[in-house]
Amino acid sequence: MLRGTSASVSVRSVSKRFSAFPALTDVSLDIAAGEFMALLGPSGSGKTTLLRVIAGLEVPDSGHVLFDGRDVTRVPAAERGIGFVFQHYALFGHMTIEQNIAFGLDVMKRRERPPRSQIRERVSELLQLVQLEGYEKRYPNQLSGGQRQRIALARALARRPSILLLDEPFGALDAKVRRELRSALRKIHEEIGLTSIFVTHDHEEAFGLADRVSILGTGRILEVGTPNGLRTSANQVVRSFLD
Amino acid sequence: MAHPRHLSEPRLLQLLLIGIALAYLGLMIFLPLGAVLVQALQDGSGAWVAAVTEPDALAAVRLTLLVASIAVPLNLVFGVAASWAISKYEFRGKTLLVTLIELPFSVSPVVSGLVFVLLFGAQGWFGEWLASRDIEIIFAVPGLVLATVFVTFPFVARQLIPLMTMQGREEEEAALSLGASGWQTFWRVTLPNIRFGVLYGVLLCNARAMGEFGAVSVVSGHIRGETNTMPLQVEVLYNEYNFVAAFAVASLLAGLALVTLLLKSFLEWRHGDELAARH
Ligand SMILES: Nc1ncnc2c1ncn2[C@@H]1O[C@H](COP(=O)(O)OP(=O)(O)OP(=O)(O)O)[C@@H](O)[C@H]1O
Ligand SMILES: [Mg+2]
Repeated sequence: MLRGTSASVSVRSVSKRFSAFPALTDVSLDIAAGEFMALLGPSGSGKTTLLRVIAGLEVPDSGHVLFDGRDVTRVPAAERGIGFVFQHYALFGHMTIEQNIAFGLDVMKRRERPPRSQIRERVSELLQLVQLEGYEKRYPNQLSGGQRQRIALARALARRPSILLLDEPFGALDAKVRRELRSALRKIHEEIGLTSIFVTHDHEEAFGLADRVSILGTGRILEVGTPNGLRTSANQVVRSFLD
Repeated sequence: MAHPRHLSEPRLLQLLLIGIALAYLGLMIFLPLGAVLVQALQDGSGAWVAAVTEPDALAAVRLTLLVASIAVPLNLVFGVAASWAISKYEFRGKTLLVTLIELPFSVSPVVSGLVFVLLFGAQGWFGEWLASRDIEIIFAVPGLVLATVFVTFPFVARQLIPLMTMQGREEEEAALSLGASGWQTFWRVTLPNIRFGVLYGVLLCNARAMGEFGAVSVVSGHIRGETNTMPLQVEVLYNEYNFVAAFAVASLLAGLALVTLLLKSFLEWRHGDELAARH
């Protein structure tokens, strides 16, 4: 059974500084349950920081993060029910593909953890989803970059998160693999029906993939809209970034 | 591998350099090691066995093992904890901590020993307090352990800090985002990623802990059969012109050095890429 749950995400007036440097200034953003949202902006605009605040990997200096209306600002990443996909895969090199994907299930408390056979079933179901059946016993360094990122995606989905966060997941891959993975990701998003937030600085990718796009510049959200709406946007800064 | 001709040094110069390196190694390393063995066995293997099984020699071996078995685990735990903090977190005073960890390498071992005498000796800061409670540190096992811990504490941390810094925090963050606790993340992700670095650091730490002379000599008091570690026992025997016995005990230390060297080479050969992150 692939279909899971989705949750809405609300970011309320979040600010975050690194020493004296403001990475996010009073950022607010609402993402509906089941929506595919892209965060688009030039390098250093705060996309990663915003995603990490949503994930719980970074604590904001002020402001709140709500999942389905529940305040999770102080909830640790491990308890937020999210999946996170990193730019450089961050697969566990000393574990097989099977162990990587099963990791999130293996670390569950004993009374919540599914039995071994069920974990194995879940792993092969996920491998099928990312089209890498039969790779259970390999190690990450025996896979290509595109394959690794598929595994990272499968691993992030193992615990049926209601929110999937992706930080430039295809940034390290060549154009052809990017296109393949892009459509694979969109398909998976529809199949599972979770909320996806996708960071990129490639506007073609953002517009081709997302239901809505948020455009960031120097730690602020400049504009949020559907791809079609944004193409006709009047905002000068946004226009200059799109062309 | 064949190099283009114009890039290779003239053949003669190459051979000359290799020859010099080998001669130097032979003179400075193999000759002394060989001399130790020859001296140790000069009265036959029976004398060697007698010398190393003599009660004071056995006591020295036991004491050395005891001190190392306390100092090495302590420095293992400290080294991993310190490297973890330094490489994965930002905090004030980090540079100072790194400098402090390196300190024992730049201080003469004799001074390291004297520091403990100054603190815990009969005339030291805590001397009276300790004496009134019948606690012996200097000229006793605790002093030997303290001095050894101090002298050897950089080994594990120095090995791990560059390695863990290079690996970054991504895999740990991935584990956390997958629902792992901090403790699970450490045991299942952090530690497996550094295991050969840890092993390597422990190996060097152990070799130094067993071989340390200077700092230990200051705090030991040289009581035979009680506070003499192997290196100190060698010195005592040597000063008594008991050369065969001195070299017999020394040959055990040389053996330790060889085993260390072999294990070290093996680790470098099998897991070179992981260890290459150091320095
Ligand atoms: N850990 C940190 N310490 C100090 N400054 C940081 C840290 N993380 C981010 N910053 C700063 O915050 C700003 C926003 O960074 P962020 O990584 O969110 O940008 P980004 O939009 O993801 O950029 P890129 O497209 O290059 O990944 C940058 O100027 C960056 O230098
Ligand atoms: Mg980024």
